[in-house]
Amino acid sequence: MSRTLYDLIGLAAGVAFILALKGLSHPKTARRGNMIGAFGATLATIVVFFFVVAPKTGVAHALPLHHLGWILGAMAVGLAIGVPAARKVQMTQMPQLVALFNGVGGGAAALVAIVEYLHLGSGATKAEVIFTVFTVIVGCVSFSGSIITFMKLQELMTTRPVIFPAGRFIIAATLVSVIGVGGWVVAALGTTPLLILAGLSLLFGVLFVLPVGGADVPIVISLLNAFTGLTVAASGYVLDSVLLIIAGTLVGASGTILTRLMAEAMGRSLFGTLFGAFTAKPQAATGAAEERPVRSGSPDDVAILLNYARRVVIVPGFGLAVAQAQHTVRELADLMISKGIDVAYGIHPVAGRMPGHMNVLLAEANVPYDQLEEMDEINPTFSQTDVAIVIGANDVVNPAAENTPGCPIYGMPILQVANAANVIFLKRSMRPGFAGIENELLYDPKTMLLFGDAKASLTKVVSALKAL
Amino acid sequence: MEPIAVISIFVLAVFVGFEVVSKVSSTLHTPLMSGANAIHGVILVGAIIVADHSSTNLELGLAVAAIVLATINMVGGFVVTDRMLEMFKGKK
Repeated sequence: MSRTLYDLIGLAAGVAFILALKGLSHPKTARRGNMIGAFGATLATIVVFFFVVAPKTGVAHALPLHHLGWILGAMAVGLAIGVPAARKVQMTQMPQLVALFNGVGGGAAALVAIVEYLHLGSGATKAEVIFTVFTVIVGCVSFSGSIITFMKLQELMTTRPVIFPAGRFIIAATLVSVIGVGGWVVAALGTTPLLILAGLSLLFGVLFVLPVGGADVPIVISLLNAFTGLTVAASGYVLDSVLLIIAGTLVGASGTILTRLMAEAMGRSLFGTLFGAFTAKPQAATGAAEERPVRSGSPDDVAILLNYARRVVIVPGFGLAVAQAQHTVRELADLMISKGIDVAYGIHPVAGRMPGHMNVLLAEANVPYDQLEEMDEINPTFSQTDVAIVIGANDVVNPAAENTPGCPIYGMPILQVANAANVIFLKRSMRPGFAGIENELLYDPKTMLLFGDAKASLTKVVSALKAL
Repeated sequence: MEPIAVISIFVLAVFVGFEVVSKVSSTLHTPLMSGANAIHGVILVGAIIVADHSSTNLELGLAVAAIVLATINMVGGFVVTDRMLEMFKGKK
């Protein structure tokens, strides 16, 4: 195969990625867009076996590729890990998996840069070394940062911001040393400095993500995703691959925009998200607040309230998904509709664990799309709503976001369920939400709490409502 | 590659990247992030190239690790995105 043909096929794959991103931006074409992207990636992967890219310091050898057995074996291992993980993951765990996939991509880019650097040795040009340093730093940060976000989302560690004494100073010092060692690699060209650089970058990735609060984690995943894209583009320069430059830059640019859109949907500035842990004031102790009385009710109380309502808004949260109660909630909604009650679902843009997550979860339970209303549509209607049922959600309805400056979610737009005549919370316990903030609405006189597993509680409400 | 060619490709790709996702509803943020994530799995191509270049066991070992990770990123990413989007099918 000639170099020209190889590059043209690479260009075709690049165009496929553009069409993929374009398709993914619209609901009707999203699935086809993803297929086109997968096609482009497959094409690019097949072609690389039929053309030998000459190393910068040598000449191309004849086909087949060296180490072909190792290459195919490694791909088989990757397939054996990646495909079952992607097939078996529950929809509730989607954000973690995306974080993990992004992390391994960043790790792969860093490894590619290290191998090519070892191979080129002193034959590398200054520009190539600079791009290598960039890839190693950003790839390692993306890798370790993604692992920490994975652990936060999987709740293997605390979801609250981790703030340690002099944290700001330690992070700044780490960043300065990363840049310093990067300069050292460019000046001195050695294997040891590069490995030190990789180690420091991994450390920086951990420190960078630790102070981010649980609710902001999706924004960080999206940002790291964009970072990984840029490392792929930089690798493309070192490896002389137009395809990698195009694909990496596309992901870097679209990932940056997506990160900003997400931050907007959550009412956060990107800067505030990344550095919020440094600027937020410590919260007042919440211990005393938990002693206050709340009004808890039985499933029968809830059923009676619903039976006499004219309009009910269901606000689903991550707790609903954890309890696998999507189907039960649809049953309740259908029952209410059959009784002539006006029912709608109020979907917060970040309900679940990342933007759009709840839409995926409810779609899984076949909830009709036209019953799902976005925040801007539903908020003005709460004042005409008799009952708002909040199922396993907390932060997205917490009035602290509107009236408590300095709290971690201050400024995030919320579903204003407090404007409804009655509010019912289905909760497992008084434990605060993912962001770890007390919710004043729980103590409001018009609020009724129904404790227990969301699915069990809803099943009881459904049978009580049927009996009425 | 000529530096000016590289810079041109980079700058144009930045604008295309900005343009294609400028208007996307929050409903699709999760699948879009996941799809973009799968696309950067194409670093697999780079991992295969450096595996071919590698001349020491250390280089080959690192390259093999890169291939495993990149394959997980690419294949897993596209499969999981498809699973998400499958559920949006048949709505409206």
